[in-house]
Amino acid sequence: MSHNVYIYILVMAGVTYLIRMLPLVLSRKEITSPFIKSFLYYVPYACLAAMTFPAILSATASVVSAAVGFAVALIAAYKEKSLLTVALMACTAVFIVERIMGF
Amino acid sequence: MRGESFRRGLKDGVPIGLGYFAVSFTFGMMAVSGGLSIWQAVLISLTNLTSAGQFAGLDIIIMAGSYWEMALTQLIINLRYCLMSFSLSQKLRRDVPWAHRYLVAFGVTDEIFGISASQEGKVSPYYNYGAMCVAIPGWTLGTLAGAISGNLLPAFMVSALSVAIYGMFLAIIIPPAKTSRAVLGVVVGSMAVSSLFAVVPGLKEVSSGFVIIITTLLVAGAAAYFFPVEDESTEEKEAGVSES
Repeated sequence: MSHNVYIYILVMAGVTYLIRMLPLVLSRKEITSPFIKSFLYYVPYACLAAMTFPAILSATASVVSAAVGFAVALIAAYKEKSLLTVALMACTAVFIVERIMGF
Repeated sequence: MRGESFRRGLKDGVPIGLGYFAVSFTFGMMAVSGGLSIWQAVLISLTNLTSAGQFAGLDIIIMAGSYWEMALTQLIINLRYCLMSFSLSQKLRRDVPWAHRYLVAFGVTDEIFGISASQEGKVSPYYNYGAMCVAIPGWTLGTLAGAISGNLLPAFMVSALSVAIYGMFLAIIIPPAKTSRAVLGVVVGSMAVSSLFAVVPGLKEVSSGFVIIITTLLVAGAAAYFFPVEDESTEEKEAGVSES
């Protein structure tokens, strides 16, 4: 590593904070456009869904265990379990499929 | 009602903090095995507070990429926070002072944004501070624990832990999809579009950060065009809860 790790960290943290801070500080006016309002309402769902699938399928040691983890998380989320419960159930499912069933 | 908002944030932040602990544990392990010191791994988590961006940044540090590459990668992967902050800015009351906006900004993560966006009506900055008070220690201490235990943890445990963050994402997006067909369409549509990027030749070359941005803009844009959110109902909700 020829570069300075602390400069990397400074660049990472600086860029990330600016992205978060500028819209909060600069856009204080109430938005009236129904399109923009609707767009901002849908952004988190679109963004989190895109980050989850298909990335989840390559997150674990095998596609089979990942698919089972995904299915279990979907069901648990559908039953409106808490964030942590859903996460732990998905982890447990992956663990069972990989260690006990041997996929 | 600051105390009440703060306590509600703390309570809603607990599952996030625990989930973060599990995910950042993996980050700590990977950082130390990539050659960083424990202190550096913890410093990254404390100052960045983001999952995808940190994992990508770690790769660049280990590969000794340029500082520009680091800045550009963070910009692309974390550009979604820009959209979230923009949306959150609308949820805060207009008279919330500047200092609060600078502080709230530090805690704009997928999950904290998720819970504050799901609050009815306007949201108090103290709600976000409550959630941050649990989420930031969870993320930082998880990194510390992972960095210390290094490679002691067996591979199957690491494999099981790495679905935790996706489980959390699903827990945020699935329940609203049950009651709103438009949200369901957005969730399914986004997963389909990002899957196209994973399998179609040519599209496969697009980096993962760009895939998320393009998918989000396309799907949320289409949904806003075809299924505009009805204004009156949100106005009513805001009017009803804004006193709290």
